[in-house]
Amino acid sequence: MNALHDGWIEIGHIDDIPRQGARVVAAPGGNIAVFRTVDDAVFALADRCPHKGGPLSQGIVHGHQVACPLHDWRIRLDTGQAVAPDEGCAARYPVEVVAGLVRLRLLPDSGCPNA
Amino acid sequence: MSKPRLVVVGNGMAGMRTVEELLKLAPDLYDITVFGEEPHPNYNRILLSPVLAGEQTLEGIVLNPREWYAEHGITLHTGSPVVRLDRTRRKVETADGRSADYDRLLIATGSRPFMLPVPGADLPGVIGFRDIADVQTMIEAASRYRQAVVIGGGLLGLEAANGLKARGMTVTVVHIAPWLMERQLDATAARLLQQTLEVRGLRFLLERQTAELIAGESGRVCAVRFKDGESIPADLVVMAVGIRPNTALAEAAGLHCNRGIVVNDTLQSVTDPRVYAVGECVNHRGVAYGLVAPLFEQAKVCANHLARYGIARYTGSMTATKLKVTGIDLYSAGNFTGGAGCEEIVFQDAGRGTYKKLVLKDNRLVGSVLYGDTLDGAWYFELMRDGTDVAAFRDRLMFGRQHLGDSGHGDAQARVQQLPDTAEICGCNGVCKGQIVAAIRDKKLFTLDEVRAHTKASSSCGSCTGLVEALLAATAGGDYSTAPSKKPLCPCTEHTHDEVRAAILAQGLKSIPETMRALNWKTPDGCPKCRPALNYYLLCAWPGEYVDDAQSRFINERAHGNIQRDGSFSVVPRMWGGLTNPKELRAIADVAEKYNAAEVKITGGQRIDLFGIRKEDLPAVWRDLAAAGFVSGHAYGKALRTVKTCVGRRWCRFGTQDSTGLGVKLEQATWGSWMPHKFKMAVSGCPRNCAEATIKDFGVVCVDSGYELHVGGNGGIKVRVTDLLCHVKTEAEVIEYASAFIQLYREEAHYLERTAPWVERVGLAHIKARVVEDADNRRRLAERFRLAQASAQVDPWSARAAGAAPHEYVPLAVLT
Ligand code: SRM
Ligand SMILES: Cc1cc2nc3c(=O)[nH]c(=O)nc-3n(C[C@H](O)[C@H](O)[C@H](O)COP(=O)(O)OP(=O)(O)OC[C@H]3O[C@@H](n4cnc5c(N)ncnc54)[C@H](O)[C@@H]3O)c2cc1C
Ligand code: SF4
Ligand code: FES
Repeated sequence: MNALHDGWIEIGHIDDIPRQGARVVAAPGGNIAVFRTVDDAVFALADRCPHKGGPLSQGIVHGHQVACPLHDWRIRLDTGQAVAPDEGCAARYPVEVVAGLVRLRLLPDSGCPNA
Repeated sequence: MSKPRLVVVGNGMAGMRTVEELLKLAPDLYDITVFGEEPHPNYNRILLSPVLAGEQTLEGIVLNPREWYAEHGITLHTGSPVVRLDRTRRKVETADGRSADYDRLLIATGSRPFMLPVPGADLPGVIGFRDIADVQTMIEAASRYRQAVVIGGGLLGLEAANGLKARGMTVTVVHIAPWLMERQLDATAARLLQQTLEVRGLRFLLERQTAELIAGESGRVCAVRFKDGESIPADLVVMAVGIRPNTALAEAAGLHCNRGIVVNDTLQSVTDPRVYAVGECVNHRGVAYGLVAPLFEQAKVCANHLARYGIARYTGSMTATKLKVTGIDLYSAGNFTGGAGCEEIVFQDAGRGTYKKLVLKDNRLVGSVLYGDTLDGAWYFELMRDGTDVAAFRDRLMFGRQHLGDSGHGDAQARVQQLPDTAEICGCNGVCKGQIVAAIRDKKLFTLDEVRAHTKASSSCGSCTGLVEALLAATAGGDYSTAPSKKPLCPCTEHTHDEVRAAILAQGLKSIPETMRALNWKTPDGCPKCRPALNYYLLCAWPGEYVDDAQSRFINERAHGNIQRDGSFSVVPRMWGGLTNPKELRAIADVAEKYNAAEVKITGGQRIDLFGIRKEDLPAVWRDLAAAGFVSGHAYGKALRTVKTCVGRRWCRFGTQDSTGLGVKLEQATWGSWMPHKFKMAVSGCPRNCAEATIKDFGVVCVDSGYELHVGGNGGIKVRVTDLLCHVKTEAEVIEYASAFIQLYREEAHYLERTAPWVERVGLAHIKARVVEDADNRRRLAERFRLAQASAQVDPWSARAAGAAPHEYVPLAVLT
């Protein structure tokens, strides 16, 4: 894995993440879950459910959402927000795929108050 | 290329619901033109009664305002009845000279009130009760005249009478039958209803036949005369004696009609497949429906075919009736009069004004009438719809769902209305009555799913579902559309579990995406409810062939361990029949130390649980356990869990057979098999039953003469004692019967339905017929099970220890 300019870090190939699944990136600030959806979009969220900290990476990925494995909260992958009526959000990390390689930045996007 | 044209005749409830469903499926497929006879956009006809009673406004009942038609590019002609249909030229023409060509035609002309063919029926002041114009006529009459007569004491007549009374008229209801609503109520319930309405000031003349309507000096109706010669004054006569399907247009065009346009299961005219018809103008399998719930089901199926998906079938509906007169609780469904082979259970409390009648046939509920207390109406409807065998709780059936002894709500007397706001309803999520009621009120919730989403009540173990439904009914009031006659698998589809299973076999569907495509799933890749179900159904249908979809499994089954609240996992190796030995125990001890298991515990299933294992360590833990001969205990799976045994004849002074040995054999034959839910067995060596075999999914009680086989027990949320399946003589028979029973359960039960509710739903007789009485069928079932086991009995732990699915356990990257 290579550090690139602007704080982007290469973490692996998209094919290393199962479609409709996720992989964990162990980072100094805590685990980050990197998701790949059925349409091959890639998202990254803190691997902590806003409810009681459940590991979102272990949930069932459907559409652009993940269902937390502990108590089934639904979290939107694009915003990190819990689906109503639940409230809360998981910090979102910038992620991109360039020529099949997945790159991540360790600085979460702002916008999630309890991140 | 221009789009095909869809012309809709009839801008009413069924027609527009079909268009709405069509737009959901295929928004841009057709150029749509709608013709409506009435000058209004589509409105909720049902709510004409509250409008008449002054509880609703006309503006408030519009369903699709004109902007809606414009937004969807639909051409709408109101006040423009279609008078001619030319099927050869595929064209319709209206009274005001418009015309439209069609590629597909949808007829949804509803019905017309039936007007008694008596002299004077066409006088001014004599109307039906069908549309906005009728309601306006009635409201106007109420402001100028005093005497109203409603002919017909059915649902519609009583709602009209109640409304006219509320508007200050003196109202007499004339009815030909000996009691009111004779098609929905028995005599007793009808009497109670009549008494309540009389207290409110309505008058009733029963068993009276109208002979003539008499005109006054102004030419307007002034009296009603009966066959017996008596007559009563009337300034307004509302005829509510029935409806006739409105088929004039269709008949003139040569479409086969017989009390309705005759359609097939795809809602196409049997004469002309380009012509679809839905709603009250239709005769489907000999039935013309007059309530919206079935019409909405027709609309769904019709839209599915118009959208060219072509998979749905309409096979008829079961209907339930409610009277919309404020303050009166009345519910009726199915066959409430009984008849040959039927039995009735009746409860009556004149003091409280409640009356309930349940009609049973072959231990299944076929009809119900509830008056005064309709709380359990939805539950009874569910039992009817699902054809649930009620033998096991027949004695408590009358007292409603709360009385089935759900744990945690054991006080059978406590009815939900009497509970204080602070009473805890959902024990799993700590939700109390006040919170649920507030959410239903403030958030305008109507369905169980909505309450679950907003409050979490009933979303975990489900034992409080009945209470939550009761609160819904009491708070929101029953909505006419809340009881669809079939229950979809999940919100991603309209199909039931059974329909999905049948389609997988019939259409040879081999993967989840293929199944979703063929069955027209509404979401791109399903949800956590349907994906695991589909994965199981496919696995069961195509053993050895279907490739399991790990991403459609809940984490426990995907990682082959139980996830804990802190994200670590627990590990439970299999201990055949609860037997172990020093070597195994030593291996477990070594693993516990080597991988820092936080706790070691004997489980309720006679084996050992290692807690707090880190996910990354799982493959290594399994490798060490496999080296000592262990395989997965599937403590995490919808699969065979444990076979509990007692010591049996080998040691126990009472033992009649080798219960421990038989338990081991049973477990060896059945481990590894995926099932709709978890499955537990036990073998007890004598009727003292130390292995608790009579609360297991399959339990064996050894007796001197052989083995008693018991099925459908459950020791969990709701304790259920097993039913005795049969008695057999040899161990080989025990294994064969167990295999056959398991296979039947695997092939028939709904995903996440344990054997206890499954046995209750289909009935023990159904199972006996297939497993006990039909020896050939039993052998075939057992053979299919053996076949499936050939590919299922692969230890998932050693596979992963040897390197399978590494991505599941190793991080993608470790950043420092
Ligand atoms: C470990 C164990 C408790 C123990 O320490 O003894 C256990 C632990 C759990 N049980 Fe259990 N059950 C255990 C024996 C039982 C028993 C007793 C038995 O099997 O003899 C029952 C009642 C008998 C029965 O099932 O009929 C039992 C009835 C349940 C139920 C309610 C099932 C029901 O149909 O009502 C659930 C909830 C569910 O499955 O949805 C449940 C669910 C669970 C779960 C999986 C909860 C969850 O989803 O995370 C627990 C996992 C804890 C963990 O992380 O390991 N557990 N559970 C037992 C494991 C037995 C084994 O060796 O495999
Ligand atoms: C007062 C009242 C209360 C009711 N209460 C309930 C209830 O509580 N629960 C329940 O389930 N059901 C109830 N119903 C029944 C329910 O309203 C009907 O089942 C439902 O409206 C039928 O839908 P439809 O589309 O078949 O017919 P309609 O809704 O009647 O629509 C047919 C439309 O086609 C129009 N039309 C007819 N011929 C032509 C033509 N040639 N050209 C153009 N347009 C034409 C009609 O004017 C009408 O607008 C009630 C009905 C009434 C009248
Ligand atoms: S082990 Fe079973 S009873 Fe105990 S807390 Fe967990 S689910 Fe509840
Ligand atoms: S921790 Fe995620 S739903 Fe509870």
